[in-house]
Formats: sequence, C-alpha cells, structure tokens
Amino acid sequence: MIPALVVFAYLALVLYIGIFAFRRAGSNGTAEDYFLAGRSLGPTVFLLSLFGTNMTAFSILGASGHAFSNGIVTFGLMASSSALVIPVCLLVIGTRLWALGKRHGFMTPVQMFRDRWECGHIGTVIFVVQAALLVPYIIIAVMGGGTVLAAITNGYIPYWLGGAIVSTVVMSYVFLGGMRGTALVNALQTTLFLLFGTIALFVVGSGMGGFRSAMEAMLASPATAPLLTRERISPWYFFSYTFIPLSSIAFPHVSIFCMTARSVTHFKKTVVLYPICMLLIWLPSVFLGVVANQASAVPAIESKLDARAQLAAPNATMTTDDRARLRTQAAGDDVILRLVDGYAPLWLAALLGAAVMAAVMASDSQILALSTMFTEDIFAFYQGTARFGHAMQVLTGRIFVFVVSLVAYVIAMRIPQSIFDVATQYAFAGYAALAPLLIAALFWKDSTRWGALASTLWTAAAVAMVATIQTTIPAPPPGTSIVVWAIGDWAIVTRATAGTFVLGLLPVVPMTLISALMMILVSLATKRFAKPGAPTLRRYFAH
Amino acid sequence: MRTWLAVTAVALLYVLHQDFWFWREARPLVFGFLPVGLFYHAAFTVACSGAMWLLVQAVWPSHLER
Repeated sequence: MIPALVVFAYLALVLYIGIFAFRRAGSNGTAEDYFLAGRSLGPTVFLLSLFGTNMTAFSILGASGHAFSNGIVTFGLMASSSALVIPVCLLVIGTRLWALGKRHGFMTPVQMFRDRWECGHIGTVIFVVQAALLVPYIIIAVMGGGTVLAAITNGYIPYWLGGAIVSTVVMSYVFLGGMRGTALVNALQTTLFLLFGTIALFVVGSGMGGFRSAMEAMLASPATAPLLTRERISPWYFFSYTFIPLSSIAFPHVSIFCMTARSVTHFKKTVVLYPICMLLIWLPSVFLGVVANQASAVPAIESKLDARAQLAAPNATMTTDDRARLRTQAAGDDVILRLVDGYAPLWLAALLGAAVMAAVMASDSQILALSTMFTEDIFAFYQGTARFGHAMQVLTGRIFVFVVSLVAYVIAMRIPQSIFDVATQYAFAGYAALAPLLIAALFWKDSTRWGALASTLWTAAAVAMVATIQTTIPAPPPGTSIVVWAIGDWAIVTRATAGTFVLGLLPVVPMTLISALMMILVSLATKRFAKPGAPTLRRYFAH
Repeated sequence: MRTWLAVTAVALLYVLHQDFWFWREARPLVFGFLPVGLFYHAAFTVACSGAMWLLVQAVWPSHLER
C-alpha cells in the first residue's frame, strides 16, 4: 500500500505544479506565455526538461526490457547513438529554430515552413502528418497509466479508473500550467529518473550478492553468454539504428521546446550534458535488464526465462497463438519492476512506483505540442485569432487539451494496445524521415514547398506501408524470415521476428534517404517557379 | 576551417560508434562486471560529451545571439 500512497503523492505534486504555473502566469497570459512559457526558461530547467521531453516510458521500462531479451547491444543501439546525434541536432538545428522563433514569433515548425517556403495549405498537410504520428503516443500513455496504477494497487484501482486518473492529472496540469507547468514537471521527472537509476543499481547489485558473480555465471552459460556480446545481430542492423535519433529534433514537442529558452546560450549546457544524462539513465536501465537474466530467484523473472526457453526449443506443434502467448510472457518490459520487487526495500519500491508513473505520464509534452500546433497552425492560420482575439486563442488551446485527453481516453479503453504499439514503433522512423524538411528549410536555399510536400507524402505513405506489413503478416519464429517483396532471387522487403526489414536494414534508413532524395529532386525540378522570393531568403540566409 | 574540423570530428565519432572490433567479445569484464562492449559504449558516451564541449567552443553560432 505504501508504493500506492507515494504514487498518489507524486500525482498530487505534479497537479500542484500545474496550479503553481497557472498562478505565476496570471489569468491574462498571452499565447506565447501559455504555449512557450514566455520563451523564458532558464538553463537548468531547459536542460532537465528538454531531456525529460525526449524520455518516454520506453527509456526506463522499454530499455531494460529490450536489454533483458537482447543483451548489452541495447545501449549501443539506442543510447550511445542518441548521445551523439541528438546534441549535434540541438546545436545545429535547435539553436536556429530558437533564433527564428525569437525573431519572427514562430511557435511551431509548420509556421516556420509556411514562412520559409511561402506556402499555406502544404503547411496544413505537414501539420496533419505530424499530428497523426503523435496521437498514438498519447493513447499509449493512458494505457500505461491504467496498467501501472492497477499493478501498484494490486487491482484495487481497476484499469479504466487508473487510466482516467492519470489522464485527468496530466490534462489538468497541462490545461492550467501550459508549457511552464509541463517544463517543471518534466524537470522533476528527469531528476527522479536520474536518482532512481543509480540507487536501483546499487541496491539490486547488493541484493544479488554483487554483479561480478552474476556476470561470470552468465558467461558460463551458452544460453546467456551471447547477451554480453553483439554476436546475435548484424553490423548493418546496428548501423540502421543510428538513423532513429534523427527523429528527436523533428518531433514537434522537441522542436517547439527549443523555442522556450530565454537565451540561445542555454543550449550550450544542454548540448554538452545531454550525453551524460543519457549515460546516467540508460546504463543502469540496460545493465539491470541484462543482469535480470541471472535473477531466477525472483519467481516472475523465472517464468519469463521459462517462456523464452520454450520459444527457443524446436517444437513443430506450437501454434501461432501459443507462440504469441509465450512471447508476451517472456517480454521484459516490467523486468526492472520485478528486480526491485525481489531485491529492494519497500521505500525503493515506492520511489520506483513514482518514477514509473513519471515515465508513463511523459505524454504531457505531446498533448501540449498538439494543442500549440492546432491553435497556431490551424486556428490562427485560418483567421481564428484575427476574428476572436488572443484570449480566445489561449482558451481554444486549453479546450483542445481537454478534448485530446478525452478522445485518447475513450480510444484507449476500446482498442487493443498492440495496434498503437505498432504505430509508435514506426512513428520514430516517420519523424526521422521528416528531418530532411528541417535541414532543407534551414540550410538549403534552393529547397521549395513542392519538395517539402513530396518528402512529407512519402513519409506518410512509407509509415502506412510498414505498419500494414507489421499488422497483417504475423512474426515468424526466431531465426526465420518471410519474404514480402523480392526482385528475382533478391529479397527486398522481409518480415522477421524483430520487425520489417528493407535489404536487411531497418525501414528508417530507406525512409529517411528517400525522403531526402524527394526533397532534392522535386525542389530542383520546381525551383524555377517555386523558389521563395529574395526577401524571404535574406531572412534565413543573411549569414 | 573550423566547420570542416567539426564535421570531421562528428564523422569520426560516428565511425567509432560502429565498433565491430568488440562485436563477439565480452571479456575483459571492466571493473570485474562490465562487459567490454558495454564499457566501450559508456566511454563513447562520455567522449561525445567532451566532443560537444569542443564543438560549442569552436563552432558556436554566436551570430544567433544578436
């Protein structure tokens, strides 16, 4: 019961932060104040909050779950590549977004695209694609909230009520506090993650009698030794993953967040310390996920290891349903929870509950970003603000937060999570494929609105194609693959246990490269009649 | 010149990330418990932070501050 009380105390605290931010802004706040915290965030809140905005439930739970099944490769796939690509993107792209926002009053990337390429409705198309890729995250967060509250209270709070409580709390502090409230909550979340990871590592290590013996035992077993190397994956697969972090800067909630800093110099600390934050959060998560393979004394982990062993054993009579059931049983998303349950004292389990709740509530930034995009890119662009005034624009944003939260809750209660898991899995690839838009807008004079449209439509079609393959073709047994599309004997698209592949690479690679190619070719073909005028280009390329 | 050095530094780090040389090795266990492949990437992450510090010193877009 104590973990449940700590989680409710955490929910009360973030609600209070929303009220605090609301009072600080006053009732006459402008749109810029509500959506961008008045472009006034200081360096520490900017660093912690930007990092928290990027960290979803996946960082804490998914990373350890992935490491439990795949081993140490998880860190190289997702953490160290992000530690290089994301800070570089913040330095090169984020600082320019900040400057353009400050200079021209932009609050969203679409506003910048419309101005840069002198277009209107093409900006609306980009808005639709960005929004469609963002919504599944919000729905997943409602589901996560319901599941976690039900688990922490041992079912005393049912799934539907847990989802409702989490949705209401997130909606309330975003509704009241806007960006200021969201940024403060994100900073608190990051601090919790940083504290929890380190403490959990020491406590679990001590509970297991030290990690040295656990590692030696893993190396001695042929079943677990490969988890300590990368021999089970190909270097091409590893290389593919380095494209994923490109999605970060293209996510609207991240690019919008870049405009909240009081000064561009605040990026300096963020760029330098971002890799260290990655290390402090991901290394404990991944290491604990790997070492959980040696924690068979914990009954819940033992049952996962049994399920994995059954999956690995050749069995011709096993049906697809049996395999799917075993795969669910073997999944490690809750492995860090189980480790702490098994080895940590109650106070740490309580802190863990709050950290997990913080992780699943990370949808706040996405909800606020959607609201900002709707009010700026649709309501204001189509003359809403001109007709009804700035106060109505802020009110529309708040109503939109309420409506999005309500719709997400209703959908989360009616549709299976697996559908949204697929959607979020490939949204990363989709946003990575939208990165060429930002790069072309900021650094290539000859880019045109038609190039941007081609790149956006390609991204939408590619995400839909991959999601369809994932949904309609069941995963084959490990070690095998199904050819989806081939030219002669040359398999182009394949479906394997780990997902869909194009020429052995993750889909994000061809998606991003073709998106860039579309931007280049279509812009070159249309620049004679669609290149923006000289005054526009001077605004972007004066230096 | 500074821009090209920065691009080269980032490209070098990108290549160093593809560390095929520790692909099939778990030993030595650094500090007695950290597989060498994981230690390498942890160290790589720290190196990224150092490289970012250098980039901020060398190619900071100071014109944006005006």
